Amino acid sequence: MMLAISLVVAAGVMLALSRDLFRVIVGLAVLGSAANLIVFMAARPGTLVPPLVEAGAAQLAATAADPLPQALVLTAIVIGFALLCFALVLGASLVRHNGHDDSDRLQASEPVASDPLKPPLMEE
Amino acid sequence: MLVLSPLLVPLLTALLTALLARQPVLRRGVSLLGAAALLASAILLLLEVAQGGRQSVALGNWPLPYAIEFAADALSAALVLLTAIVGAGALLATLRWGETAEAEAGLHPLLHGLLAATGAVFLAADLFNLYVWFELMPISVLGLLVLGGKRHHGEAAFKYFAVSMLGTLLMLGGVGMIYGATGHLNFGALRVASAQPELAGALPAYLGLLVLAFLLKAGAFPLFAWLPASYHTLPAPVLALVGGLLTKVAAYVLLRLLGDVFVATPGIMLEALGWLALVTMLSGVLGAAYHWDVRRILAFHIVSQIGYLLLGIALATPAAAAATVYFLFHNILVKANLFLIAGLMFAAAGHYDLRRIGGLYPARPLLALLFLVSAFSLVGVPPTTGFWGKFMLLREAFEQGRYVWGGTALAVGLLTLYSMSKIWLEGFWKPQPHDGPAGSTPAARPLAAYAAVMLLSMLILAMGLFPEPVIRHVEHATAGFWSGVLK
Repeated sequence: MMLAISLVVAAGVMLALSRDLFRVIVGLAVLGSAANLIVFMAARPGTLVPPLVEAGAAQLAATAADPLPQALVLTAIVIGFALLCFALVLGASLVRHNGHDDSDRLQASEPVASDPLKPPLMEE
Repeated sequence: MLVLSPLLVPLLTALLTALLARQPVLRRGVSLLGAAALLASAILLLLEVAQGGRQSVALGNWPLPYAIEFAADALSAALVLLTAIVGAGALLATLRWGETAEAEAGLHPLLHGLLAATGAVFLAADLFNLYVWFELMPISVLGLLVLGGKRHHGEAAFKYFAVSMLGTLLMLGGVGMIYGATGHLNFGALRVASAQPELAGALPAYLGLLVLAFLLKAGAFPLFAWLPASYHTLPAPVLALVGGLLTKVAAYVLLRLLGDVFVATPGIMLEALGWLALVTMLSGVLGAAYHWDVRRILAFHIVSQIGYLLLGIALATPAAAAATVYFLFHNILVKANLFLIAGLMFAAAGHYDLRRIGGLYPARPLLALLFLVSAFSLVGVPPTTGFWGKFMLLREAFEQGRYVWGGTALAVGLLTLYSMSKIWLEGFWKPQPHDGPAGSTPAARPLAAYAAVMLLSMLILAMGLFPEPVIRHVEHATAGFWSGVLK
């Protein structure tokens, strides 16, 4: 499991460091799954006993899975998915406006200075 | 239930303003009413906390520490009040700003969503709850960034998204690991659990992940490039709220986690934080010295001021925590006010770049006076708020023998003076350049924004001239901090 998480993190970092807008977004989504897996690891994975209180018992069996991280992961997945959808639309609109998907050439909000000493004028 | 009002009121207002997308007059009314209600409930909460001590609500029908807890102590309640004040000021300033109708329809729900998230972060007493509300903040800001709809807005939003997402994931991983190690998420339970000696090896590593996440969100060196790349594309009233509050929320969380929740923070982490604070201060103020666009100068100063807050955290004593919290209060108000003033300078002169504008002193003497109040506060001229904040911070640094840290903080104050005098000389003092924009924009005298700036300036002046009640309050609020630190 740890090995799987490290592989996912490595893949996510590699994609996120790319210049291509969509690779950055996909890379961050992959990293998000790695973070979710880390939270999930806290839930005693490996047990097959579901976290349900038996009839008549007052508390969970000691071997049951911990239900809390599963709830946490669910919340994290929802938030991550919402952000992913937003980012995909944002990326699509950037590509449509600029005609390219190169994040190094995104310079409208921070224009490159032509003068070596003075910063460029921002036009409204 | 008063504890929950700082998040329920703005959430309800956000919902109502979103439903009123087609009725601009009614929407503004509801929005203002919501801000007023938030202000009232924040004041009531602070009074209740001042009388009855820490107030808490446990949701979820479970006993503590398993329930979801929201708690207001003296620190949280005061910060909620500041959030409400800055939120009301920013909202007042948006009223006659001349946004497009479409942008304005989105503005109100998102602003209130941001206020709800900020209030909830201050009140959260549970690590995962903190993560969820902390997430709502960048989501609101992303919405506000793309409202402008131009090319540079989208780009700024993308840069903000990529970095803030990375911080989020670090935070989530850290939360998961800490839960795995301690089995708790509630602050009170974590305080007990983190004192266990068998966790002394692993916990600092997990905690380090969280600290890294919040340093990124606070805009500390070397992870601050996203901040001056995106903030200046926001309209000035929104920028006042975002620039005044957001990075400070991350600094508050750092103070809360390291100083209050996790009792065994290793000394080497604090040492590293202190040096990081110095580099953050210096790189922020030097970045500001290069720029001529008022908004970008102020955005770099956010980074520099975050350095002071981190320095206060790194000093790790109750007195340093009190200084940090006072500086936090001062900085939220002054920064928000300066961004509003930058917006008014733009409204009066037609451009944000100091090379294109000038002559504001004869044209707008009142604005010049208001700028001086906030600029002197930011620099730390006595008897302003900045002076008391820096004085408390530096006294603690020198008492601990941290001469390099204190000396650098003083030097950064001088460089701040350089930036502020640049804005003063170029924007207010020098005559209007001939090739400048043709005078003022249509919304030349946004009266509501002037009112907001005047109220904030008076508050800053009052807090500077009569600092004792505030200092007493913060000393009381942070008295229990750093009780178990390993040096």
